[in-house]
Formats: sequence, C-alpha cells, structure tokens
Amino acid sequence: MTQLPGPTAKKLGLVIDLDTCVGCHACVISCKAWNTENYGVPLSDQEPYGADPSGTFLNRVHSYEVQPAQGTAQLVHFPKSCLHCEDAPCVTVCPTGASYKRVEDGIVLVNESDCIGCGLCAWACPYGARELDAKEGVMKKCTLCVDRIYNENLPEEDREPACVRTCPSGARHFGDLGDADSDVSKLVAERGGFDLMPEQGTKPVNKYLPPRPKDAEPQIDILAPFLEPIAQDGKGFVGWLDKALSALPGGAK
Amino acid sequence: MHPAPSVIIFTTFSGLGFGLLFWLGVGALVPGGLSAFIWFTIAYVAAVGGLLASTFHLGHPERAIKAFSQWQTSWLSREGIAAVATLLIMAFYGAGLVFGGTRFAALGWLGAVGALTTIFTTAMIYAQLRTVPRWHHWTTPALFLTLSLGGGALLGGQVSETIGLLALAGGLQLYAWAMGDKRFQRSGTDMDTATGLGHIGKVRAFEPPHTGTNYLMREFIHVVGRRHAVQLRAIALGLGFVLPVVLLLLPFSHIFAVFAVFSHIAGVLVVRWLFFAQAEHVVGLYYGKR
Repeated sequence: MTQLPGPTAKKLGLVIDLDTCVGCHACVISCKAWNTENYGVPLSDQEPYGADPSGTFLNRVHSYEVQPAQGTAQLVHFPKSCLHCEDAPCVTVCPTGASYKRVEDGIVLVNESDCIGCGLCAWACPYGARELDAKEGVMKKCTLCVDRIYNENLPEEDREPACVRTCPSGARHFGDLGDADSDVSKLVAERGGFDLMPEQGTKPVNKYLPPRPKDAEPQIDILAPFLEPIAQDGKGFVGWLDKALSALPGGAK
Repeated sequence: MHPAPSVIIFTTFSGLGFGLLFWLGVGALVPGGLSAFIWFTIAYVAAVGGLLASTFHLGHPERAIKAFSQWQTSWLSREGIAAVATLLIMAFYGAGLVFGGTRFAALGWLGAVGALTTIFTTAMIYAQLRTVPRWHHWTTPALFLTLSLGGGALLGGQVSETIGLLALAGGLQLYAWAMGDKRFQRSGTDMDTATGLGHIGKVRAFEPPHTGTNYLMREFIHVVGRRHAVQLRAIALGLGFVLPVVLLLLPFSHIFAVFAVFSHIAGVLVVRWLFFAQAEHVVGLYYGKR
C-alpha cells in the first residue's frame, strides 16, 4: 500500500559522520556485495570491464571541496544512500503499491514482484537514493539490510547493515532514531546532526554529523624557511650545458 | 530530465486524442455513420497510441495492470484509471453515433469530463514533483489542459475554439518558460542544503562517486540539448501556436487545415521535448551538475 503509515514509533536509520569518513568506499563495496546476493534481484553491472562501465549501487560516496572565506579548502567525503524518510515522496507516487514504508520500523522497501519499473519513485526522490536496475527493470534501493538486522542465523555483531559493519573508520552508525535515549539519537543531539535538503519536506530519518572545525595548523618546523633550496642553477660545465641546450630550438627556458 | 521519446510521444498524442474526445463528447461535432467511425478512430489511435508508447519505458510492462490499484495516493495510478474509464465510456458513446446514429448526450458529457480528468492527472504526475522545480507549478496542468483542448479543437475542426485556446496556450507557455527559468534558484534547494556544508564555506563537487555514469545521471541530468533552447522555443512557438492560428485565420481551405494540424503536432513535440530537456532535478546538485 502506498499510503504512508503515519509516524512510526521505531525509526531505524543511519547516522553518518562526515568528520570521520575517509572516503575509502568500503561501504559501497560491502553494500553491493551483500545486496547483490540477498534481498531481491542482483545489482547488475553493464560493461563492468568495458570502456563505459556502469551499474546499480544502493550507496555511493561523493567528495566535496568546501572553501571557507579564509584558509585552505577542506575535502569532505559524503556517503549517500536512502534516508528512509518519514514523509517519503517515493512511496506515495508509486502506482502499484510496490513501494511501501514499514509500520514496525519505518524502513522503506520495494516489493520487486509488484514493481513495473516506471521510475516515478526515483523522480520523486530528491536524494538519488533509488536506481532502476538496467538488467532486471525493477527499482533497487537501500533496504537498511533488513535481511541482516533481524537475522538470527548471523552472529549478533553482524546484525547491522553491511555498510556499518564494514566501515573501517567508524563513520557509520545504525540505530533507532525514534528513541531519544538510543546511542544514535544521543550522538545526533551531541554533534548537531542535520537533515539533507530539509526544505523538500521529506523528514529524513538518517542524519549527517557535520565535520568538526579544523585546528589552526601551527608552524611545524621553524627552521624550514631558512633552509637553502636544493635545486640551483648549475655552475661550470653543467651551467654552460644548461644554457646551451636551452638556446637550441624548442629548448627548455 | 532525460527527454525519452516514449514520454514525449505519449504526452503529445494522448493529449491530442483526449482533447478530440472532449470535443466529440460535448457535442461540438456530432458525426454519424462512417464519418463518426473515422473521427473516433483518429481520437483512439492518438489516445491509445500515446498510452501504449508510455508503456515502452516500463521495466515490466506485463505487470501494468497493477498500476490501477493505488489511486488513493498516486497520480500515475489515477491517470491510468481515468484514461481507461474515459476510453470505455467514449467507446459506447461512439458506438451509438456510428451504428445507431443516436447521441447519448449524458454519456458524451461524462466522457468529456473523463477526458479532462485524464489530461489533468497526466499533468499532475509532473506537477506534483517538488524535486523538479520547473514542473512544480500550476502552469503545468494549465498548459497540458489548454494545449490538449486546443489541439483537440484543431483536429476536430473547431476554428474559433482553436484560435482562442491556442492563443491562450501560447501565452501560458511563454509565461511558464519565463517563470520556470528562475524557479530552480527560488526553490530554496542548492548545494548548501543538499550537503549541509554551506556553513563552512563554498561547496563544490570535487570527485563523483564513480568514474563512469549511472542511472541517476542518465535519467536526471541532461545538459546537451539545452544549448539550443532559445532557438527551439522560437520554433515551438511558431509551429505549435502562431502558424496554426494564422492558417486558420486565412480563408478556409482543407489544405491549410491539414498544414495547421501537422504544424501544431510538430510544435507540441518540440514543446514537450523542451519540457523534459530543460527540467532540472535537484539530485543533479549532488553531482555538481544541473
């Protein structure tokens, strides 16, 4: 049913720390690996070893350069996947009822056997969280690893989304953002977690933690400015050779 | 947005077909026998042909029947229901004219309301999308309606209605272009809100997530065709609105009327190509592109 369930008590989601993410793309790979073998159809690739490779991914890492008014530019790695919005526009536009938001935990899913592949949900999503699989013709999106987080066949430490489990820098956190006392909610409150495109009115569940202010870099070596430069103009024969070669047509100046 | 031929053909010809069904339904022209058969065939070929074209971009057209189920929230579902209901009602209305030579006026009016509803619901599929600021505006349904009714009147030989409606649609189109060009900037969505990093400084996309392209970039970021937008707008206005009106104002001739119809269709195809090619989806911001 494509009617939204109304506010759900439990809001499972991710908290992504833009301060800690190093942009290694391990979450992208582990996501693709888990989800191509589990929930729904595989995530296909087109021409993976050809000249123009492309494929379906549920999680992608962008990198942005942020230039402050003063000082040096900062590079921020920016993982992006479905934000499991409370007011998910992708769900209500679906003509078949394939897209739905779960009442019990707020996860937004696609029932692939009902999906006609019209793509309207991807049009309605401002975040680019949904990709139509080019081979299977159905819409793919982050499932929050619904087949891991409740999976009692897995050891308990593995019952979290593959991206969170694999992140080597601890930049991804998983939990219930509907519970004000959960670790993720406390983290969001403490670090000033924010929504992406709040003006779109989607009320995302996933939150992003801003990069911490950069330290001012002290002068590392006070003697460095006084060191002689290593490269100098040559003297003697080498100096003459340098000038002579430069004088030839096309020679380096 | 990617200007897919299937959706351009769909919106253009379905619009025309349902526009013609509207004028047939209200009784602006009441043909009988063979001529009624020809009129209804033209309307159904355009309307149904357009609808069939729209199924070509589906990943699983064989499941299309499921799309009639979610009318409570989905404009696409509502459109499907309105289209099929209208085509059924007008089939009975047309059969009455073709075989019985009788006009069931109430059925005709019901079909006309259905045709208007179909056109409106088609437009709302686009107008509902906040993610595409250019479309998210009342001018989208207003233009779809006036264009369809104008085109339908032209096909149905309703001269004065055509002139009035095409003049109105042309004016609306100019207004929609002028306002639409500014709407992305005014939407409040930009690199700062997309990344939430604006408080640190100016945000620039530095590295994309992958070396190649992806579904999102193919579907939502279409830059190539926008280069000739001004020239294409002039062509669309000339062919779609000005030339048909001029041809209809000249002393009546069937040749001029046929030229007017073909010119209008060519113009609307260009209008619809621009409608998609010039529409910018906010997801492009994440790629530093529009």
